[in-house]
Amino acid sequence: MIGRLFKFHGGIKPDAHKHESASVAIERAPLPSRLVVPLRQSTRASARCIVEVGQKVLKGQRIGEPEGMLGTAVHAPTSGTVIDFGRYTMAHASGLETRCVVIEPDGEERWVEHAAFDAERAGRDASLAWLRDCGLVGLGGATFPSHVKLGKGSGVDTLILNGAECEPWITCDDRLMRERADGILAGARILFRLIGARELVIGIEDNKPEAIAAMRAAAQRVDDPVRIQPVPSLYPAGGEKQLIRVLTGIEIPYGKLSADYAVQCFNVGTAYAVYRAIAHGEPVLSRIVTLTGNVARPGNWEVLIGTPIDELLPLAQPKADTNRYLMGGPMMGFALPRLDVPIVKGSNCIIASSPTLLPPPPPEQPCIRCGECARACPAELQPFELYWHSRARNFGKAQEYKLFDCIECGCCAYVCPSHIPLVDYFRFAKSEIWARERDNTAADQARERFEFRNYRQEREKEEKAAKLAAKAAETRAKLATDTTAVKAEASTATAEDPKKALIAAALARAQAQKASTEVRNTEDLSAETKADIAEIEARRKALNLTAAPPPALAPKAGDPRPDEAPAVEAEGSPQS
Amino acid sequence: MIHSPYIRKPASVQRVMGLVLLALVPGITAYALKVSAGILVNLALASLTAVAAEALMLALRKRPIAIAVTDLSAIVTAWLVALCFPPIVPWWLTMLAVLVAIIVAKHLYGGLGQNPFNPAMVAYCSMIVAYPALMSQWPAAGSLSFDTQLGLILGGARDLDGMTGATALDALRTGLRSGASSVEAVLQGSAFGFFGGRGWEWVSLGYLGGGLLLLATRIITWHMPAAFIAALSLISGTFWLFDPTRFASPLFHLASGGAMLAAFFIVTDPVSGATTPRGKLIFAAGIALIAWLIRSFGAYPEGIAFGVLLMNICVPLIDKKTQPRVFGHRRRDEGGWR
Ligand code: SF4
Ligand code: SF4
Repeated sequence: MIGRLFKFHGGIKPDAHKHESASVAIERAPLPSRLVVPLRQSTRASARCIVEVGQKVLKGQRIGEPEGMLGTAVHAPTSGTVIDFGRYTMAHASGLETRCVVIEPDGEERWVEHAAFDAERAGRDASLAWLRDCGLVGLGGATFPSHVKLGKGSGVDTLILNGAECEPWITCDDRLMRERADGILAGARILFRLIGARELVIGIEDNKPEAIAAMRAAAQRVDDPVRIQPVPSLYPAGGEKQLIRVLTGIEIPYGKLSADYAVQCFNVGTAYAVYRAIAHGEPVLSRIVTLTGNVARPGNWEVLIGTPIDELLPLAQPKADTNRYLMGGPMMGFALPRLDVPIVKGSNCIIASSPTLLPPPPPEQPCIRCGECARACPAELQPFELYWHSRARNFGKAQEYKLFDCIECGCCAYVCPSHIPLVDYFRFAKSEIWARERDNTAADQARERFEFRNYRQEREKEEKAAKLAAKAAETRAKLATDTTAVKAEASTATAEDPKKALIAAALARAQAQKASTEVRNTEDLSAETKADIAEIEARRKALNLTAAPPPALAPKAGDPRPDEAPAVEAEGSPQS
Repeated sequence: MIHSPYIRKPASVQRVMGLVLLALVPGITAYALKVSAGILVNLALASLTAVAAEALMLALRKRPIAIAVTDLSAIVTAWLVALCFPPIVPWWLTMLAVLVAIIVAKHLYGGLGQNPFNPAMVAYCSMIVAYPALMSQWPAAGSLSFDTQLGLILGGARDLDGMTGATALDALRTGLRSGASSVEAVLQGSAFGFFGGRGWEWVSLGYLGGGLLLLATRIITWHMPAAFIAALSLISGTFWLFDPTRFASPLFHLASGGAMLAAFFIVTDPVSGATTPRGKLIFAAGIALIAWLIRSFGAYPEGIAFGVLLMNICVPLIDKKTQPRVFGHRRRDEGGWR
């Protein structure tokens, strides 16, 4: 398959701002005073704590056992002492909290015993388990567990490595490809075998000629055919769906997995981590983070997971007029509400921002239906239609216009001459719809439970009635045989009795039914259901999901960012 | 709090509208030089009225005034009104038309971006219905001195016999009605230049040039001008080939009246027009068809304005039926679409 490239619709070409941080080699960040290691690395991958406060841990020692299908293990990023286990705020737009193990480094960096893993001999299942136990998740930003993504080992023809890195300012993958091309390729070949693919393509935006050259040179040194494919620099070419489209022509619709279309896509950083895990037995303990923007020393650092961001920032020497910090790129990132939060496996970039560097958008004006947004939308949506319907809270219509196909790339808001924060409206609409659906599901479940109980009671009543009737018939029959004087009468009575029993049963049934229809009223929910609903509400509040509309919808806007996106959603994140 | 994206393209409504105004300049220059300098007075009058009306309405509706007035959208409407009116209409007619456009057609519907009808065309249609005589007094190109024009605009005696000529479209209609033998015979008359009305061909070229600027700067897409011009040419060409004595040629239609102004500046109004690529083609072709029908058979000399309004009504339907396919979906009607 030789280099025919496909186009995706729309896209934008913002100033790349890559050179600031791309020209210096990756440096190792110094050990921080403490490491706050979250047990839940994403909404999907979580772990159970297996260490105690006060316990000494070694670098690479497992501190969290994978939980559930999507769980991955968590490790101590360095040697030291566990000083706390509790809830800490995460690097998240709305200050989400999660359970963390806090480690005070002893500065010795003593490793736990570890050795290479023979994936060939161990076989596929054991290899996936190994990756899970090494804490392997997608390092492009979506942190989806890699062992799950590797699937069942068949049905995937094309393995794509995502080195596009289309977001402005971010250069961590660029530097990684320049400096560790052999490792990336080795990891890619491991993934290639595990997934049983026939073709390996590495897509890199053509604004990274050094990375392309380095990867090409590395590809020369291996036997497997690898296609290093430069792709046109057009944001969001690094979005998973867009990159797959560009390289293969295949379009993955919303809600579908790329594996169903015989392609799978991993970030180059993930491939490198896979290589470290298999060839050296090292779990994911660090990642490359770009520090850039309004700083004197932009660059890339290899940072231990759990390093508090405020301890990291001085390395880049932020300038005095810095007023906030963005996590991720300027297109899809978010402003950090506080800085004492840890770097996690998905943190790829921190941009120091000043009012002159990233000025606040001009005031919002009415939509003039110019269609610029539709021309820029890589999902081929009509953003202004979505905007009208979201704004009017006409969520059904918004869904009809395929609201959920929106990947929140921000192209539409970027080009809009009326400066409408379109993506805010879409996030708001999505979170509202999710909230409603969650409520509905809860109500459905409650109703089901309720109906089942009614059904049970009804059945019991019927059984009781039938038993009673049978007993009555028996007694009568007995009486009849005993008393010859009332023989004639008794014979009619025995004939009537089964009928009476039937009637009684029917009455009981009707009554039960009536009861059930009456209490189906929401006013009269069982205590259990009420507790359920209260719990859901509390959870939603905790997640800040209580729908906060964009400025135009509510003057005191909170945060419309949907925090717990469904599993399929964040996967196509073009932050990679 | 501000959310992503944190960067914006340097684009604004003001820039869009400013470019539209700039693109009108070549046409206006040709108009002033070749046809009637009075247009400049009308443009100024219309602009002032529009800005005043806009500010008034914003104040009444308690909206921020400065940002909306400086977005230049009212001036675009004003210029379009002035450019499709005869250049010697009295001052109050221009003002009245602009007030109708800004107050009724724009703000009563909710202001910028909300109006279902093209404001300039609403103004044109209401004025031609209300003042048909004034609205059809077009001076023959270059026939009146600037002083005379100014006098007429400011309310001088309107003894226009002998001063104004009919427009090419008018002449064609009356010529054919009064039994002139053929289109050609009518076209021999003094009202006509190389093609279309005399002097007007330059104006049309000016509009065409401005339209190309709008295409180059991606303010408009090719769909509407192309569909409008193609449809107008196709239908007039068909009938012209069929019976050249009764029907005018495509070139005549394209260069007459406001065909070029319409193709690049009026039909392309984003707010009231169709938005999907296929929808734009249908919308513009529909206008061309209605315009040709009215020009050829209707009671008014110019049909574009009515075509625009009629097609404005169809926009929601057109947009709904022509939704483009969404990424990853095989057909637009896959799931949920009807
Ligand atoms: S780009 Fe902005 S103004 Fe233009 S149609 Fe889209 S939302 Fe409306
Ligand atoms: S944010 Fe959504 S609607 Fe806007 S361009 Fe991206 S995919 Fe399209």
